[in-house]
Amino acid sequence: MYAYDSFDQSLIAERVNQFREQVARRLAGEISEDEFKPLRLMNGLYLQLHAYMFRIAIPYGTLNSRQLRTLAHIARRYDRGYGHFTTRQNIQFNWIRLEDTPDILAELAGVEMHGIQTSGNCIRNVTADHFAGVAADEIEDPRIWCEIVRQWSTFHPEFSFLPRKFKIAITGAPHDRAAVKVNDIGLRMHKNAAGEVGFEVIVGGGQGRTPAIGVTIRDFLPKQHLLSYLEAILRTYNLLGRRDNLYKSRIKILVAAVGAAKFAEAVEEEWTRIKDGPLVLPLAEIKRIEAQFAPPQYAPADPFPPEVVAKRQASPAFARWMRSNVAAHRQPGYAIVTLSLKPDGGIPGDATAEQMDAIADLADSYSHGEIRVSHVQNLVLPDVRRADLPALWDRLTALGLATPNIGLIGDIIACPGLDYCSLANARSIPIAQRLSERFADPERQREIGELAIKISGCINACGHHHVGHIGILGVDKKGEEFYQIALGGNADENASIGDIIGPAFSADSVVDAVATIVDVYLDRRQEGERFLDAYRRLGQAPFKEKLYAAH
Amino acid sequence: MSRMVTANRLRDGAVVFLAAGGRWTRRVAEGHVAETEAHAAALLRAAEAVPTEVVGPYLIEVAAHGGSWVPLRYRERIRAKGPSVDTPVKQPAPGA
Repeated sequence: MYAYDSFDQSLIAERVNQFREQVARRLAGEISEDEFKPLRLMNGLYLQLHAYMFRIAIPYGTLNSRQLRTLAHIARRYDRGYGHFTTRQNIQFNWIRLEDTPDILAELAGVEMHGIQTSGNCIRNVTADHFAGVAADEIEDPRIWCEIVRQWSTFHPEFSFLPRKFKIAITGAPHDRAAVKVNDIGLRMHKNAAGEVGFEVIVGGGQGRTPAIGVTIRDFLPKQHLLSYLEAILRTYNLLGRRDNLYKSRIKILVAAVGAAKFAEAVEEEWTRIKDGPLVLPLAEIKRIEAQFAPPQYAPADPFPPEVVAKRQASPAFARWMRSNVAAHRQPGYAIVTLSLKPDGGIPGDATAEQMDAIADLADSYSHGEIRVSHVQNLVLPDVRRADLPALWDRLTALGLATPNIGLIGDIIACPGLDYCSLANARSIPIAQRLSERFADPERQREIGELAIKISGCINACGHHHVGHIGILGVDKKGEEFYQIALGGNADENASIGDIIGPAFSADSVVDAVATIVDVYLDRRQEGERFLDAYRRLGQAPFKEKLYAAH
Repeated sequence: MSRMVTANRLRDGAVVFLAAGGRWTRRVAEGHVAETEAHAAALLRAAEAVPTEVVGPYLIEVAAHGGSWVPLRYRERIRAKGPSVDTPVKQPAPGA
């Protein structure tokens, strides 16, 4: 993975010193909260319901074991012993003291981490496929391009005060695990007719108050022009995007208002002007970054180790885990292992300091010291020898990290909701916990098959409810928590926004409502038909009928 | 309408309530309750005058309950009591 050079290192060291002075001045009353707030937010420090919350960037969801141990240490020393992995592949600490924050940033800087680009109206931390570099279906590793975008966008003076925050996601595989169509810019790597690899450029996707699926404005962008094209998009948005209304300031509103064709025209015009300028990426620079993401030296490994075959036969629990939590690796004899942060009845995305330390050890023992964070709020060991899977499963089971539910109904995304977040209208976590308990039976989960429940505690949609197969949005109705259900959302290459099924459900009845939806699906599905496909075939009617018949 | 002033403490963000004598307390039961518009406005002004102690003071509605006070809105009840879910580690905040 990418290692900081002296420029990166001095940049964040300077930032730590700057913030240390700013915090001291705030505590001494030399600057007001109004003056301090934008400064703390630029370092990822929010003030939430109960305390300060520190959001730490994990660029494109890639961590090494040393970084994860530092996060464990921060959880233990400065927080309450746990952290929360987010849908932007970052981590949040919920119980931070302002006076500790400069020391925390200094500890992070020691392992090439920070909180920059996790807040504010700038280009946010770029996200990527969490299987990047190892997925069997991948065309090219998107992290090289994420890192190039990171370096270009960090403190970019022209784009530090955009109309609103700006999110970019990149995938290098045909199966989109990075939700690129619901980002401000989504980049999908693919090959053109000549066999060259480049980017499909998708703009104007997003969730929040006005969800939208991004539209393709350029089918093929040669790689060396990535930065100039991004700059042309950002410049067009920066000039034309609305600043008079917070709810209409994202690029998706601009693209919808002027039309995709006109927006593309404006971008192309600007790009034509700048494309052959200083932003053309020199091949040597691409190679320099590429070298940092070179695959590890894989020792030859048996693709069908007898110990795995034997364990599968002996242990139904291991067999279940293999089916749901282990994915195909591009290297024969290796596997990608997803560690579920969704234990039955647990809080999605939370990990204790002890778990983080243990995962760092497991990464060192089994995965070349590397860990990934998925936008689905799980962790991934990307480089596991298949022969090591039985031993790894034993260790993960002991740590509570082997729940066999990846991609199944128990693999719920939930934002922190009103238990932590000052923007939320309703709680998300207790609903996720009750659903997870209700569907805890692993055989039942397997029978239901692929089903993504996503829960947000407010319209900002951090819990991605718009693209949940079953999306749940918490709303406040006259001081009471209610939950609106939408069906048919999807975040992959066939992305769609869910349709609201009808009036919202009370906190007491929403779990039963989801169970009813699942029952209708099981009753009406055809052989091998996934929930999403069944919904697309059947439409809302049969679900609505059952849901509101007794309501 | 009974109201009191709440805010987050500057140094650690903890939820606090304005008590008698201009003191800030973690306990909603100890909050200074205003029953009139004028009194509530005066309490808020007093809170805003100490920007090095707290951040973002505002008024909340409270109701008498079991000899104490509880916020009316559930958002404020969660602020007053902490998360409604068990945190993964039962560990007090550093310096709490």
